[in-house]
Amino acid sequence: MMEVVVIRTGTANIASVLAGLRRAGAAPRVSSDPLDVQAARMAVLPGVGTVSAAMERIDGAGLADPLRRRLSAGRPTLCVCLGLQLLAGGSEESPGVEALGVVPGTATRFSGGVRVPQLGWNRVEAGEGCRLLRDGHAYFANSYKLDAAPEGWCAATSDHGGRFVAAMERGSVLACQFHPELSGAWGLDLIGRWLEAGGEAPC
Amino acid sequence: MLTVRIIPCLDVRGGRVVKGVKFKGLRDAGSPPDLAAEYERQGADEITLLDVSATPEGRGTALETVRAVRERLALPLTVGGGVSTEEHAGALLDAGADKVGVNTAAVRRPALLEEMAARFGCQCTVIAIDAAARQDGGWEVVALSGRERTGLDAVAWAREAASRGAGEILLTSWDRDGTKSGYDLDLIRAISTEVEVPVIASGGAASAGHMVEAVRAGADAVLAASIFHYGETTVADLKRIMADSGVEVRT
Repeated sequence: MMEVVVIRTGTANIASVLAGLRRAGAAPRVSSDPLDVQAARMAVLPGVGTVSAAMERIDGAGLADPLRRRLSAGRPTLCVCLGLQLLAGGSEESPGVEALGVVPGTATRFSGGVRVPQLGWNRVEAGEGCRLLRDGHAYFANSYKLDAAPEGWCAATSDHGGRFVAAMERGSVLACQFHPELSGAWGLDLIGRWLEAGGEAPC
Repeated sequence: MLTVRIIPCLDVRGGRVVKGVKFKGLRDAGSPPDLAAEYERQGADEITLLDVSATPEGRGTALETVRAVRERLALPLTVGGGVSTEEHAGALLDAGADKVGVNTAAVRRPALLEEMAARFGCQCTVIAIDAAARQDGGWEVVALSGRERTGLDAVAWAREAASRGAGEILLTSWDRDGTKSGYDLDLIRAISTEVEVPVIASGGAASAGHMVEAVRAGADAVLAASIFHYGETTVADLKRIMADSGVEVRT
């Protein structure tokens, strides 16, 4: 079984992430040790809450640099929900707070007369060339989002008062605005494909 | 575009699912993990688990139940019932909940909503409102599973709760709960137009027709319990009928 390090960023719905990984066939282990984040073949960056709260935890535990290194090197990493927004430079939600800045851009709040937060199942459409992402319905729980995928990433999009990035992938790095662990069989299949791709990727 | 969610609700006491009328006369309806897994198979969009034991011993059992359900469920899980502190909410999230619902404790001390939203995010913080129609019009919030009338106006409370950080409203009509006479559509209309956050309609559902009405009145999700537990209908059947009526559902 593939060992996966799940990074403790605070009060994420970590039990659901662990259960989802186990059901997809992995052996997850929770850690907030920078050495684990650096050494792990496969890692998951879950996150709920705000960018500022999560970055406080990440900086406090000395995880920012190991995370940046593994993401920039394209090592197998699954970022979930807030985890996707942490890749960007920051978020309207937490002005002045620097996120990981692995990709350019700022997360913005939903607008256009729709319900905020977005809570529920939305239709996901995978862009051409996506290896892991497919069309389907996924469960979202977010108020902020990225409007466009950065260059070099293949995106899947959804619509909630306008198109936004539902997920994006580059090599073995998969960042999902939705919760794959809560998206039924479709989500577990996606986690399975990520596990498989990460297991095969050169280290 | 978001699809309309169908949410089976498990009222749990002593590790078993129970269901009564107007929160009274409870009878056994099965095992929480078994029912949750069955509803996921039928196409449910989310599961809500309410701990109706409201005793300290019941609390421990409820955490065990949440853990057991989580292992079998790849859907969002909202847990509520007697949650009165941020610590208690945190314990439920650690056990496998994705959202935590608060009711009476938030009526008593509304700052609880701000504390939960700051720590877990508003998308984790659900305000459960039990509303009873007033003789002179409007609705009043009832607390303690209907045993206490609070004098609080339900619409004003919904607005306040959302502004304090609740990211979703689980809106139960106390008058309709368990009666199978349909959701209180006026109540749904009054509250869903007042807030930006999603509203879950609850109390009184017996058919897909009731659910379609609730969606047209402004509900983003529909919750029901007894119609699923006793095999009267399935989530898949309801979704077929709702889709035929033009409601967007996940199939």
